[in-house]
Amino acid sequence: MPSFVIDEKCDGCKGGDKTACEYICPNDLMVLEPNAMKAYNQEPDQCWECFSCVKICPSQAIEVRGYSDFVPLGSSIYPLMGTEDVMWTCKFRNGLIKRFKFPIRTTPEGAANAYVDMKGKDLDSELLSTEEADGYALPTPQELA
Amino acid sequence: MALPNIPQGERKAVRDPEVEEREVDVLIVGGGMAACGTAFEIKKWLPEGASVLLCDKAAMERSGAVAQGLSAINTYVGENKPEDYVRMVRNDLMGIVREDLIFDLGCHVDDSVHLFEEWGLPVWKLTDDGKNLDGKKGQKVGTLKSGAKPVRTGKWQIMINGESYKRVVAEAAKLAIGDDNILERCFIVELLLDANEENRIAGAVGFSVRENKIYIIKCKTMMVACGGAVNIYQPRSVGEGKGRAWYPVWNAGSTYTMCMKVGAELSMMENRFTPARFKDGYGPVGAWFLLFKAKTLNGLGENFAASDAAKQELENYAPYGTAAITPTCLRNHLMLFEMKAGRGPIIMDTVSALAALGETMSKKELKHLESEAWEDFLDMTCGQANLWCAQNTEPEKKNSEVMPTEPYLLGSHSGCCGLWTSGPDFDWVPDSYKIKYKDKVYNRMTTVNGLFTAGDGVGCSGHKFSSGSHAEGRTVAKSMCRFVRDNADFTPTFSQSKEELVDLIYKPVRLYLDNVAYTTAEDINPAYVKPAGMALRLMKATHEYGAGTATFYTTSSKSLEIIMELLQTMREDCEKLAAGDLHELMRCWEIFHRIWTVESHLRHIQYRKETRYPGFYYQADYPGQDDENWFCFTNSKYDPKEDKWECFKKDYVKIISD
Repeated sequence: MPSFVIDEKCDGCKGGDKTACEYICPNDLMVLEPNAMKAYNQEPDQCWECFSCVKICPSQAIEVRGYSDFVPLGSSIYPLMGTEDVMWTCKFRNGLIKRFKFPIRTTPEGAANAYVDMKGKDLDSELLSTEEADGYALPTPQELA
Repeated sequence: MALPNIPQGERKAVRDPEVEEREVDVLIVGGGMAACGTAFEIKKWLPEGASVLLCDKAAMERSGAVAQGLSAINTYVGENKPEDYVRMVRNDLMGIVREDLIFDLGCHVDDSVHLFEEWGLPVWKLTDDGKNLDGKKGQKVGTLKSGAKPVRTGKWQIMINGESYKRVVAEAAKLAIGDDNILERCFIVELLLDANEENRIAGAVGFSVRENKIYIIKCKTMMVACGGAVNIYQPRSVGEGKGRAWYPVWNAGSTYTMCMKVGAELSMMENRFTPARFKDGYGPVGAWFLLFKAKTLNGLGENFAASDAAKQELENYAPYGTAAITPTCLRNHLMLFEMKAGRGPIIMDTVSALAALGETMSKKELKHLESEAWEDFLDMTCGQANLWCAQNTEPEKKNSEVMPTEPYLLGSHSGCCGLWTSGPDFDWVPDSYKIKYKDKVYNRMTTVNGLFTAGDGVGCSGHKFSSGSHAEGRTVAKSMCRFVRDNADFTPTFSQSKEELVDLIYKPVRLYLDNVAYTTAEDINPAYVKPAGMALRLMKATHEYGAGTATFYTTSSKSLEIIMELLQTMREDCEKLAAGDLHELMRCWEIFHRIWTVESHLRHIQYRKETRYPGFYYQADYPGQDDENWFCFTNSKYDPKEDKWECFKKDYVKIISD
């Protein structure tokens, strides 16, 4: 059952402007059952185990259980998302626990420079906008057949 | 409180959806790396007053092949020459590639990588004394653009901390194009030609997977970049594990099907990718080979790839097989050779590799190395990390199995199927590689006027990966702006009425509503078929006849004849696909797209009477390569008016020297 929702922890994102897991799932699997206001994975055999729903859930209500076809029971991996890093806890079937921390981005969220004010000059050249601004010299092949 | 036992599908479909009609100058279909590149670039060139709209089936923040993240960027040219990039791709894809497209991409890809780093993607750096710094610590030695050295695992790959890669790239794309110009959860399913002008794109039609609403969109020009095709062959795991595809499971061949259905020429659709990956979890092996210098062993513990027999076999495929880097398909070929001879399974010797590295490393460095090995999975294939935990696999103590996967169709990774597109308008590009509209060449335009593609959509190139797809999407943005400027007086007109389009899109819903009451269980009804059933039917047919894993990727002329008949009936039965809810309607259109894409793949295999890519597939009636007759591109075209297919050859032109 790839991703699963813990009943007790899911509040259907009542306080938010959208149901987070439903918003993010790239394969449209996570849905909100409107009466109980709880989310669930509607098509577990199409889950890529990408962890997008796990990472975005504000209540940490979603986890992943390995595919029943080939994954032995008893292990888990869980990401704790920060603004700059992710901390993974990997629990082995035999009880061994490993923790890993990796950077995820070096700028504050929302700060990506999209060069919104940049306007290209020569539409007929093959230079991209930032290449043109940098004065990039487009190579031509020198080693011809 | 437990959830009530509810039927699948929360968003019921209704007979008569709302219809929203729009008209824009530029339509971008897709939201992955290529489309994000287009979104970033487009407004920088868009003529004053022109409009743009992007439609993504999912949410851009985590859509496409990079949704989960990546641990490396596989194409960064850096200190290398673009000529060598062409040579690498050419050799890996057995000689027949579009060198103009590859060289062109090699000239622009680094600019996209520099932007990713500026936006916040952590890129590993190499210090002057040869130490690796992760993307956070590496900031102190500067950016790639300022001259800092990346950590290279191969000649073209650089290491990143890429968990949030797609989020960072999508953020810049969304800011650049503006939220008002984005429709998320809008699945475009059919393209529409102009009613007045022959072979001219005029718009597209799709639907919302969030509300009962159809979008009918007119445009002057369009890019379609919806990735490759996945879940088209029976996967090695057939239960829940169907979802654990190597490539993103939501890629439904929409790019190829939508474009071919309006008559765009496809090229090299016979090419496919069957990556060798860690068994079942499909975790990446690249870092294990390149960064940790691990070797694969056969079941007898032999390093089979280095044996005399392997060298001899590779000589049959010279010059590709004898090159310094063995092409991907031939590495698979050697692996299959062992497996067929009963010398499997194939084992990645992680234990010896880490022990060897440990000999020259301190304890702290070893600990860091272990972390790097796990990050490789956790950044891009989380499920593989969980599988190791479940199997109690510590790679320094226990080896893991490697296995070639089921086939995938794609044009941006180590494969080259896709659309035939124009190269750039330079003197060194042969005329036969240029596609003109009113005497002007438009880079990456398909053979349908005004219709562009990028990433997995562009055939005959490959090895673009995430960064190259983004750069290619940017190139397309500029081409489309040129097209809009040059054709400002065009007014798109559809020959289909609004009602006809609604009937087409919501046909599965209406069929369902008309018939569902007849039986007591909605999934079994003689009047219709649910998409889940049709998906299995396709996978069974390809698995058995279409060179799937059942036959070690081997097909034959007779098998192809049989599957063509099966596909014909599947296409007919698609008329009876039924959807009770919006999610299921999405699945109906996806399986429809998959079936058409598979048919084009197999038509190409049927047409090319040789085995160009041993290890990816074998045509048993035509083993080996036949350069004399088949050193050329194979293209195909579906004629929407006549409902007919045609396959034909296109000349290969060598541009870059050996």
